[in-house]
Amino acid sequence: MPLLVAEAVTKRFGGLVAVNTLDFGIEQGSIVSVIGPNGAGKTTFFNCIAGFYPIDEGRITFDGTPIQGLRPDRIAHLRIARTYQNIRLFASMTALENILVGQHQHLSSTWVGAVLRTRGVRAEERAATEEARRLLAFVGLQGKGDVLASKLPYGDQRRLEIARAIASQPRLLLLDEPTAGMNPAETAQMTGFIRSLRDELGVTILLIEHEMRVVMGISERITVLDYGERIAEGSPQQIRNDPRVIEAYLGRGAASAAAPRADDVSRGADEEGPGIAASPGNGS
Amino acid sequence: MALYLCLVGIVPTFGERALIDDIVTLGQASLLLTALVVGYVAALRVRAGDPGQRPLRLVLGGTVAGAITGLSLTLLVLLGSVVDLRSIAQPAGPELYDLLTFDLGVPGAWLPVSVGALMGAIAGASLLLPVWLRRALAVGLGALILLGLFAGILRTPMLSSDLSDLGRFLFASNGLTLEGAIITVVIATGGDILLRRLDARKRISRLSEAQRRVALPPVLLVVLVVVLVLPQGLGPFFAQVVALVALYILMGLGLNITLGLAGLLDLGFVAFFAVGAYTVGLLTSTAEFGIAQWPFWAAVPFAVLIAMLFGAVLGLPILGIRGDYLAIATLGFGEIIRILAGSDLMKPFLGGPRGIINIPKPIDVPPNDFLAGPQQIYYISLLCAGLIAFVAWRLRDSRIGRAWVAIREDEDVAEAMGVNLVQTKLMAYMLGAAFAGLGGAIFAGLIGSIFASSISLQVSINVAAIVIVGGMGSIPGVVLGAIFLIGLPELFREFSEYRFLFYGIALIVMMRLRPEGLLPSRIVRREMHLPENVEAAGAPVGSNVAAEVQERA
Repeated sequence: MPLLVAEAVTKRFGGLVAVNTLDFGIEQGSIVSVIGPNGAGKTTFFNCIAGFYPIDEGRITFDGTPIQGLRPDRIAHLRIARTYQNIRLFASMTALENILVGQHQHLSSTWVGAVLRTRGVRAEERAATEEARRLLAFVGLQGKGDVLASKLPYGDQRRLEIARAIASQPRLLLLDEPTAGMNPAETAQMTGFIRSLRDELGVTILLIEHEMRVVMGISERITVLDYGERIAEGSPQQIRNDPRVIEAYLGRGAASAAAPRADDVSRGADEEGPGIAASPGNGS
Repeated sequence: MALYLCLVGIVPTFGERALIDDIVTLGQASLLLTALVVGYVAALRVRAGDPGQRPLRLVLGGTVAGAITGLSLTLLVLLGSVVDLRSIAQPAGPELYDLLTFDLGVPGAWLPVSVGALMGAIAGASLLLPVWLRRALAVGLGALILLGLFAGILRTPMLSSDLSDLGRFLFASNGLTLEGAIITVVIATGGDILLRRLDARKRISRLSEAQRRVALPPVLLVVLVVVLVLPQGLGPFFAQVVALVALYILMGLGLNITLGLAGLLDLGFVAFFAVGAYTVGLLTSTAEFGIAQWPFWAAVPFAVLIAMLFGAVLGLPILGIRGDYLAIATLGFGEIIRILAGSDLMKPFLGGPRGIINIPKPIDVPPNDFLAGPQQIYYISLLCAGLIAFVAWRLRDSRIGRAWVAIREDEDVAEAMGVNLVQTKLMAYMLGAAFAGLGGAIFAGLIGSIFASSISLQVSINVAAIVIVGGMGSIPGVVLGAIFLIGLPELFREFSEYRFLFYGIALIVMMRLRPEGLLPSRIVRREMHLPENVEAAGAPVGSNVAAEVQERA
């Protein structure tokens, strides 16, 4: 039984059908990518899973529990965590505090306990801080715990956002364009890092990605969306050669031409990803 | 600007108070200062546009600017001697003209121009002085004006104490004496030079951590003693003012949790203030509307609890609203409670405009005791403020405090991290409400009665302004904000007509010069004043993209 199952999910914004009767499933412990041209409904689908958008039709079940209609914080408590396409860190908090917020649901101190600073609260805080430092080191930010999130370089912000997400000990991690705006070296590093998340922490990973090298390199399965509908699903090899995918990316004419290398397919990646994400980059 | 000051009437009002007895009135000083500042700014502009740094140009620039300032006043006098301007601007009468022309009337109309030019020239010339001397002189001038303003407040208590000789020497019945003024300027200027020579600040920062830790307790002790004796011996008026300031510090700290930490702009603070005050009134009053005649202290916990309950009831439906809309909604609630308190509907219970009287004092002491009257309110407020500051400080570094700040920063992300928005916001709102209730309860004890007219929108605005001007989320900022926004206006009651004018000016100047507040919390200050590393780091990424796009094309 897959960890997350979406059945005939539909999300409309007025007359626009952003996600159209989408069926989707992700196996426990796998890495799955969702790709598609701009406006294909990828991020909308993420927002539906995370509970940020209520879905209009269909069902989403996580580990057998229906989650459609739940509030985002309830869904977070079921151990689904996410990052954002345009990094959204808590800008005025330090890197360490950002991770501590990620741990929120695993901490239990009440306000009375916090004011009195009881022994239990102190022990919990100490353990949480220790764990946060461990996570910082895990994402390669050791020693930067006291730096304001907004003052970190761009690549570090991406990593911190992932650290904050895994601080909630998720079973499913939704990564929205984790390599957007990165240079090839950083991208390669991030790819390895994402794989290590699954291998070392056992997190199931669902990612939206435009960079085909990343997608083809780490995904076990790929789902292709266009106009809110699933147009293809399969292994990287299958997707690479699927004529419908090529058509969606490059237009009708290209599909009949000699099969192009999938590495080049990323219609519009340059407008959607880095351009927006890199400009203010303060995560707010 | 000078014209505006005259016509609005500040100058004549200030004119009744002398800065230096028989020589300069405050009104004239304000005009001189305007010319001085205008001249200085003009000279700065001249210098910026003239890399050659020719001294004559600076002086000339200052002179012209000062003269223009004065010219507007000269024209006013001339125009005023022909047409009666009082129908347009009420203060524009003979008194104002006498003041402007140093009692010479129309023949003295040339005086403002020349005095303005002189002031401008002095300001321009001051740019030629070395920086340290210019600074020191500015400090001296500032000290003179400050002491002149406070003369009335300081003189009375000084005369009745051991310092009466000094008091008589420094202050005349209306402002400073000439000797006092000179000494003030000399001491302040000299002091500034001396401090700079000694490099006091650098020395302090050079002290090691251990040395500082040794020095801290005595410093704190001195501050504590000053704080404790503040309301004593300076007369009942001053005691009343500091008690009010302490009360506002308490409420500011309460709102600081709601607004400063959780970022909920609550403009209905007065609603909970009212709930607290009326609860105490009902429970303790020995007059008409009292229902229990409890002692004051038994009623206070109830007041806090009920205010908190109101916070929950009012908060639940509106906390889903975001940002500015929340401010409007809370504003509405504040008004509903205020109008309800004074309404005929509640009159049988709350007394309407006649209010509830005979609320007992928190501590019953003979009138000459050091805890009599407003003094006890001062100490009680400070104690409670300390308690709230402690609570806020502890909460800030806890799971809940982090959740509040996360909500303030980005509500959606906080929720996606598992923070229950309603519950967390409600807690901040209820804590704020509880402390507002406490403030109201103590206020009822201070006044000894509670009327519908005490419950005004002004309370909400004052408290919010304290938090914003002081620095969001900063505890010392709230203290400073309360002193500036509540203490100073109370001390200068005689100019209270212009209170809002100064409020507005202060807020505009603040937002221009220090948008993070007077004493911002450490983190906010860092955020607003450091260069944007992020942008620098983001730029090459952006250019990569541009290059890629070009390649593809």
